This record gives sequence, structure tokens and C-alpha cells, in this order.
Amino acid sequence: MLGKLTLEAIPLHQPIPLIAGAVVVAIVLGVIAWIVLAGHLPYLWREWITSVDHKRVGVMYCLLALVMLIRGFSDAILMRSQHAFAYRAAGYLPPEHYDQIFSAHGVIMIFFGAMPFMIGLMNFAVPLQLGVRDVAFPTLNSVSFWLTASGALLVNASLVVGEFARTGWWPAPPLSEMTYSPGVGVDYYLWAIQISGVGTLMTGINFVTTILKMRAPGMSYLRMPMFCWTALAASLLIVAAFPILTATLAMLSLDRYLGFHFFTDSHGGNSMMFMNLFWAWGHPEVYILALPAYGVFSEVISTFSGKPLFAYRSMVLATMSICLLSFTVWLHHFFTMGPGGDVNGVFAITSMIIAVPTGVKIFDWLFTMYGGRVRLTSAMLWSLGFMVTFVVGGATGVLLAIPPADFVLHNSMFLVAHFHNVMVSAVLFAAFAGYTYWFPKAFGFRLDEWWGKAAFWFGITGFVIVFGAFYWLGLLGMTRRMQHYDVADWRPWILVSAFGIVVMIAGVACTIIQLVVSIRRREELRDVTGDPWDGRSLEWATASPPPVFNFAALPEVHGEEAYWAIKSRAREQLRLREEPDYAPIEMPLNSATGFICAFFATLIGFAMIWYIWWLAAAGLVGAFLTFVVFAWRDTVEYEIPASEVAKVNRANRTTRLEALQGIGQRRAA
Amino acid sequence: MSATASPGSVTAFRGDPNHLGHGRDGRGESRATGRGTGGPSPKRIVVAYGFWIFILSDIVMFASFFASYAVLQGGVSDGPTGPQIFDLTNTALETGLLLLSSFACGMASLALGARRMLYFQVAMAVTFCLGAGFVALEVMEFADLIARGIGPSRSAFLSSFFTLVGCHGLHVTVGLLWLLTMMAQVLTKGFRSDIVRRTLCFALFWHALDIVWVGVFSIVYLMGSIT
Amino acid sequence: MQIRSVPPLRLLLVAAAPALLGGCQQHNLLDAKGPVGAAEANILIIATIIMLAIIVPTMIATVIFALWYRESNPKALYRPDWAFSGRIELVVWSVPFLTITFLGGIAWIGAHRLDPAVPLESDRKPLQVQVVSLDWKWLFLYPDQGVASVNELVVPAATPVTFKLTSSSVWNSFFVPKLGSMIYTMRGMVTTLNLMADQAGELHGLSTHFSGDGFADMHFPVRAVSDSDFAAWVNGAKGSGAALDKAAYAELTKQSIADPPRSFGSVEPGLFDGIVAQTVPPGPGPAAGGVENVRPKGGA
Repeated sequence: MLGKLTLEAIPLHQPIPLIAGAVVVAIVLGVIAWIVLAGHLPYLWREWITSVDHKRVGVMYCLLALVMLIRGFSDAILMRSQHAFAYRAAGYLPPEHYDQIFSAHGVIMIFFGAMPFMIGLMNFAVPLQLGVRDVAFPTLNSVSFWLTASGALLVNASLVVGEFARTGWWPAPPLSEMTYSPGVGVDYYLWAIQISGVGTLMTGINFVTTILKMRAPGMSYLRMPMFCWTALAASLLIVAAFPILTATLAMLSLDRYLGFHFFTDSHGGNSMMFMNLFWAWGHPEVYILALPAYGVFSEVISTFSGKPLFAYRSMVLATMSICLLSFTVWLHHFFTMGPGGDVNGVFAITSMIIAVPTGVKIFDWLFTMYGGRVRLTSAMLWSLGFMVTFVVGGATGVLLAIPPADFVLHNSMFLVAHFHNVMVSAVLFAAFAGYTYWFPKAFGFRLDEWWGKAAFWFGITGFVIVFGAFYWLGLLGMTRRMQHYDVADWRPWILVSAFGIVVMIAGVACTIIQLVVSIRRREELRDVTGDPWDGRSLEWATASPPPVFNFAALPEVHGEEAYWAIKSRAREQLRLREEPDYAPIEMPLNSATGFICAFFATLIGFAMIWYIWWLAAAGLVGAFLTFVVFAWRDTVEYEIPASEVAKVNRANRTTRLEALQGIGQRRAA
Repeated sequence: MSATASPGSVTAFRGDPNHLGHGRDGRGESRATGRGTGGPSPKRIVVAYGFWIFILSDIVMFASFFASYAVLQGGVSDGPTGPQIFDLTNTALETGLLLLSSFACGMASLALGARRMLYFQVAMAVTFCLGAGFVALEVMEFADLIARGIGPSRSAFLSSFFTLVGCHGLHVTVGLLWLLTMMAQVLTKGFRSDIVRRTLCFALFWHALDIVWVGVFSIVYLMGSIT
Repeated sequence: MQIRSVPPLRLLLVAAAPALLGGCQQHNLLDAKGPVGAAEANILIIATIIMLAIIVPTMIATVIFALWYRESNPKALYRPDWAFSGRIELVVWSVPFLTITFLGGIAWIGAHRLDPAVPLESDRKPLQVQVVSLDWKWLFLYPDQGVASVNELVVPAATPVTFKLTSSSVWNSFFVPKLGSMIYTMRGMVTTLNLMADQAGELHGLSTHFSGDGFADMHFPVRAVSDSDFAAWVNGAKGSGAALDKAAYAELTKQSIADPPRSFGSVEPGLFDGIVAQTVPPGPGPAAGGVENVRPKGGA
């Protein structure tokens, strides 16, 4: 009846996961209880859970990402403290637990921290920047989000019920095959990633369509903000790369569940094929994360330098070449498996070529600041921190692309330092820069700058300490994923990195305090005009937070930096554009499809993990019926009357006019 | 997913003055190319475009299975090789059924364009029968192989063969389910614009499966039988 | 393979590294004890210096630009519309391009010269060692000597060693940091690695590819010894009596952690080829008890 699921799946005899699991369950139940008892449930259901508004979906993505980043970060704290204790000793985490932690850390950070954050920012900003009302498929967008949440839920459920994978974040066979990993850990991995992967694929399709087919009048390709270009590149990569992951994990699932022989190394199977297929997805995945991050920095650096992005077309070219080149480098993940000089040489060179467009981007950001009027806000600090630290990550990446260097550095702490240097510097710093930059647009008030800067300084200091120590440990020959060690030379640097993580904890604390302080002081931090940073792209042309329909009338675009042109003209003439003719606007209705669908997906995933076949079948039927019910709706849109549109738009025009009059008075004086 | 019209009724078209992208088909759409001149494309184009992108991604997934088949083709272990198990007569029959079903599906699209309910339902029903026949033949082929001890866990070659061909079969099965749903929707709600769009997406899907089958047929069965 | 002479720069860094930390560092990559490791450390250092020449000015320029052009500096010239310069773009594209061309050349030559499968140049005949990674220990077979050892590698100094590597179960990666070049061990496949220790000494090896719960203990001492000591060790191993046949090997494949070093006096002929061809059964994975569907107990 319940497959492999028994009471033993709950770690009653292991205090650490038991306590951690109990605390998490208590917090989740507490939050749910508070929501229900305080009567917030109807509001949440109506305004968020069933919302198909791209801005709401984007905010929910970022919220999920923030929570998962904290979860992944607590795994990092566990690993650093384990290493601090595990010198010539067993430490406090036994291997079977430690192995789950580093696997979960990687999976959570990549799939449920970094990806949802970037996709969340894309969701929030891209339609606004394109000057349209929503993405191409709003309900599908909600389905995507909830499927991602479903995957995150499964990964976290493994904390309490059963175990997570003990194979690392990429479950390489034969270790991940049934013979060597008979537990449910790898199955949790497979189903969590498959379910969230479907969501990600749908997002990719949605954004390719949105960006290519839905733009404001006059917004030609070479007038799109840089963030839209990078979102397009990332979405194209998702569409081209994620199906490979889906197929690869399906093959591994067939091996595990039905005794197939794709990767078994017996009966003709080939475990090398897993490496090839996995990294054919895995390396583009790096750029799925990094490209939107570059887009965020482009927006932030340009805005806070008070200048257009330097060499915009060159940047577009660089972005799209990275998009293409990312598919030509996967083999550098296994230089050390003996492919021979020619193969290694070719892939070394293709890997290095990617550094050219990336380097161009760095220089172009540099010259964006040149001749600018730089405002050192916290969003700008994150961007500067990125530029200074990311070049090190890039350089060590090129270093690792040289086969003889990789022969001694592969799988070492140097490698760990490299990819954290790239992922944290680019993606995480971009996440915080974008979060600070677009927060006032989403909620109508800015984040507190003092705490934001404190978070930045603690964050970057801790980051440099931790990964500086890792680089050195790599040169000292320390390899990754060791549960304990007995080499005296490593000890001091392990302790240095443990100290670094303490500094990072302070940074995370500052981020949380920043949010709380900002919410409490929101009236002081209020953004009344909708343009708190003196922005240049269309999202700043509407109110903060934007009305559900984004723009009363779609803006007409007459050049690069659409909003800057409108604003300059307004400042020159000291008056706003003429009021548009207000017309009623049709917007898509809310839909619970995404939520219900994800409910069934979670059910299917859980049932498959535990071999509860009837439940999986029931989940499939449920998911199909959900779609049929959705397709059977007769009313799918509602109309916002012209008078309502006019009222909302006039309110914003009034505050903007006041700001403009302020400029006029200052000019007169 | 647009259109608020209730079944069978005809509502006055109000146009889409602001290029909302969520309005109905019709006037103004010629300006809206999506290339930046006329604002967002109309729903009809957006939906079809998005579905094409989905089909491309699906083909990438098939490409991965094709690649794994190519790699593992020689991994027969102690099991049989391709030529020993392929029955080309059966494959030819399957191919015929699937191609005919695509023809019937094309007929259904024409009937859809002409808004002819009876022809549409008949063409879709024929499509279903032919598609179901294909699936039945494939299931029989698989069942026969497994009964003879030539199942997917015998060798890597068989694993990749069953997965590639089975994945296509699974797609056809899902397509059949979708087909029935569309028949029911058109029957109960008429040729509403959103349902028409959805049906056209189904047709795209069905034809794409044909293209994939041509790949399966040539690379797995034909080339497999030659070597 | 040709090994370039050690440039003074490397000597400087090698001298500086221990001074920085004090004491002998048993895994330091920059302090290599063999020609392969030395050549790799050399490439590592040269490439690092080339890239530092680009990234350090970039980092400095970032900080200077941001500070000089800050809003509150009235001396900085504000050019709000300056957004393109063909000359700058030319430099911006060519600097990374030229760097990568140069480093690409190093990578291409290095990938060939230091290909692990290429035998080392030496007037001495290379010693053959077959390596099998097991859960979680290393087995070293000496086909010419007819002996074997577990968790201890003994090689003659100043003699090239040709390793043939495979795995009995999951993947591992064989690495002796001070000798250079790691290589994967994979079931059903054989990889080749050529290394040499310059002089006699105690070195350390480890696995660098995660292989399961006992991974952290998959390290082993590497003793580079004189020819006479090596001969003495072989004779000692032969005298110790234990024979490595299929039964003894089957016992070895069972999962165990932190096994003490030991040696075998004789090895069943064809054992390594049998392991590669998988006619000898592979490692059985987690101990009996069937499907382990809940958290395992115990550990190291």
C-alpha cells in the first residue's frame, strides 16, 4: 500500500536531521497556522497563489529563492563547521549525513536558489521593460512557478522522510545506480529535478515567445534593454538544454527503476555517456544563470552611472556569442578521464574562447562608468563587487581550461573556489543587486540603504575569505567532498574559511534585518513617482507598484533607452506626455491550475520515490483532469473599465508632475 | 487563453486599440508583426509560435535519446542485435498507419478552418483510430519481444531501443488523449477561437510526431536492418 | 615527453611557499617532486601571471573609475551621452582575444606534451603498475614482479612508472599531488598514466573523485625508494605469503573503510584483465540486507 515507505524513513535515531527537520516542520506549520488563524488565507489565495500576474509570479519566485538560499547556506555552515572539527577526527556529521549535505547544498543552490532568483527577476522585469502587459502565457507561467516550488518541496521533504542523494549534485553513475545507491536519495533528486525542470522548460518557452513576439510598438530588437537580451539568451539556452537533462535523468530513472542498462557499465551500458549528456546540459546551465546576471549588472551600472550602457551593440553580440559557445565546451568537465591530447586541446580552446565575450562585457561595464556620475548605492556596490571579484573567477576558469593545469586542479578545492567565485560573484551578487534595484518597483518603497551596504560589506568580505582560503587549499592538494582529513597543512586554511563563513552569516543577518527595517520604515522610503533611481528603461515609466495592467496605454518606443527619451523630453519641456485615450483593458483571470497541478506533481514525485504506484497513477489522472477543467473554462479574461485605468494613471501622473515642477523650481532658482 | 464568448454565441468584435496582446484575433493584426513595429503579436500568432518552440524543445529531447541509441547500438552484450529482432513488415505497417493518421489530421484541420463540425469529428475520429492502431502494433511488438526474453534490461542496446521507440509511442498515446479532449471540446463549445488555436497546436504536435517517427524508422529500423 | 628546465620564477615561488607557511607540505602542487608535476606547476604559474597582468589593472580601474566618477566629485567630467568609441571597442575585443590566443597555444601544446598516456622520456625501462580502485581502498598490482599491495604504493625513484588504471565498482580518481596528473579510474575501462618521482621520499596519494561514504579515507602513502629498497620490498612482499586470487579479491571488493596497508606475495595471472573485462565480479556495493531504503546506521 505504501511501497517502501515505513516509519523507519523518519530519522528518529539521528538527532541532527531529526531536530533540523522538526524545526523546519514546526516553522512551516506555524506560518500556515498563523495565515489561517489571522484570516490571511483568502487574500493569499486570491492575490498570490492563484495569481497569473507576471509581477506576482516574479515576486513569489524571488521569495522561494531567498528561502532556499538560506536553506542552502545553512548546509554550507554545516560543512564548514564539520571541517573545522574533522581534523584527524570524525567531526559531528557522519559520512552518510555529510554526503547528503554537500549534495543538497549544490542542488538547492543551483536549482532552487540561483535559478528561481534569476527567473523571478526575469518574470518581474522583462514584460515591464518590453512595455507590455504580461508574458505570452500567463497561466503557464504560474504553472512553471508552482512546479519549481514542488521540486523544492520534495528536496526539503527528504530531510524529514527518508534521505537525500549521497552522490553530489550531479549523480554520476555507477555511484548513482541502484547497486551502489540503493536508498531513496537519488530518487528524491531525480523527481525533484524532473518536476522543477518541466517548470523551467515552460518558463524558457514562455520567455522566448514573450521577447520575440510581444513588445511595445517601436521596440525593435536593438532597442531592447540589455536585461531583455540576456533573458532571451538564457531562455533560448533553457529551451535547447533542459530537454537534454530531462532525457538524461529519465534514462537514469529507467536504470534505477526498471533495470535498464544505459549507464551501468555492464551489459553494454556506458557511464561516460552520462557525463557527456549531463554536461551538455550542465555547461549551458552555467550561462542560463550567468547571462541574466550580466543583464542585471548592465541595467544597474548604466542607471547608477547616469549613462547609457557603453557599446550596447557590442554587448548584444557578446551575449549571443556566449549563448552559442556555451554548447561547445562540455568536455572540459572530464579532461582527467584520459580523452587524449587532441580532444583535450580542442575543448581547452573552445572553453577559453568564451572568456573573450565575457571579458568584453567587463570592459564595457568599466567604460559605462567612465565619464558617468556614479551613485554608490548598495545595488551599485554589489555590481562593483562583482566586477572586482568576478575577474578572478574568470581567470581561474581559463586556468582550469588549460588541460595540464586541470590535471592537478580538477576536483580540488581550487575548482570549488572557482565555481563559487563565478556563481556567487555573478549570480548571487546580481540577485542582490536586482533585488535592491527592483524592490521599490515591486512594493512601492525602497530598501534601507544602510543595512544594504552592511550586507554587502559583510557578504563580500566573508566571500573573499572563504574562497580565498579554498583557492589556496586547492593548491595544497585538498580535494573536494571530504568528510574528514588528517593533513596538517590544510588545517589553518580550513579554520580561515570557517571564520569567513561567520562573516557571511553577519551578511545574511544584515539582509534579513534590512527587509524588516525597510518594511517598518516604508513610509519614509516610499517611492511616489515610480522612478526612484532615475531609471532609463520602461519599467520606471509606470507607477510603483505597477497596476495589474502595467501601462494604461502601451508606450511608443522611439529609440534605445525608451523611458530616458520620454523623461528627457518631459524635463526639457517641464510637462508630461499628453494623456492617452483610455480604453478598457482585458487581463487574464486568476487560475488555480498552477497550484493544483503542482499539488499533483508533488504527489506523483513522492509516490514514485517511495514506489507507491497507485498514488502516482492517481496523481497523473488528477493532473490531466486539472488541465481539462482549465481548458473547459468559458471566461478566461476580465475587463478593467476605462474609467478605472484613467483613475490609476492620473494618480501617477499627478505625482510625476509634482516632481517635474520641483525640477522646474530648482532650475528657476 | 482568450475569448470570453459563451458557447455558440457571436459577440461583436471590439478591436484591440492598445495592442494588448490579450485581445481577440482580427483587425489590426497585420500591423502587429512582433518585430517591434506594431506592438505585441495577436494571440493566434503568439500561441502557435510558443508551441513551435515547445516542439523544438521536444525534438531536442528526442535527439538525446537518438544520441544514446547511437552510442549504445553496439552494446548488445549477450542479447540479440537489431537485425535479429526487427520486423520490417510490422514497421512498414506502423509507418503507414501513422502517415495516414497525419493525412486524416490534415483533413481535420481543413474542416476546422471551414468550421464544418461533422467533417471535423469524422476526420479526428479517423485520426484517432489510425493512431491507436499504431500504438497497438507497437505495444504488440514490445510485448512479443519481452515475452521472448528480449526485454529492455537484457542489454544496453535494447534499453536504448525500447526507450527511444517507447518515448515516441508515449508521445503518440498522450496525443491520442489530447485528440479525444479536443473532439469533446469542439463538440460542446463549438469553434471558439481559443479552442481552434488549441486544436491547431494539436495538429502541429501530431505532425511533429510523424517527423520524429521518420527519424526512428530510418535510423533505428532501416539502418539497423542493413548493418 | 620533454620536460623544460625549471625557470627561476618557479624556484622563487616554490621557495616562498613553504616559507610562507612553514614546514613541509605533503600535498603542495607547486612543490612538485616529479617531472610531470613540475611541468604542470610551471604552466599553472605562467598562465596565472599572464592573467594577473590583465585582471589586476581591470580591478584597479574598476575601483578608480567608480571613485573618480562618483556623484560627489565636482572635478570629474560628466559625459552623459558618451556611449561608444570604436577605438576602445577594438582594444576591448582584441585584448581578451590575444590573451586567449596565447593561452590557447599553451593549452594545446600542454595538452599534447603532458597527455597522461604519453610515456616519459628516460633511459630506464618504465615500471608497470596496475591500479584498481575498490570500495574504499586502492589495490596496486605489479605484473612484472608478481606482487600486489593495498593502500600503499611503492615505486623506484628516478624510474618512469606506467600506470594502467581501472575500478572495481564506482569511479575514483588516482592522484599523487606532488607527482602531478590525476586520472580517473572507471569500471570496464582502462586509463593510462605516466609519472616519475625525481628522488626517494615519502609522498601521499588520494582519490579526488567522490566515491561514497568511505571516500575521505581513500588516501595512501606513496614511497619512492631506491632500486635496492624496491627490490627488497618486492622480496618482502613475496615472502609475506598471502596470495591474491579471485577469492581474496572478492573479499577485497567488499566495502570497508581505512584499511591498513598490506601486500600480497603472488597474484593470480590475468586478474587485472578479468577485472576490466568484468569476468571477475565487480564490487557488490553496500553490504547485505537487500534494499537499504532508509537512512543507514553507523559509518566511519
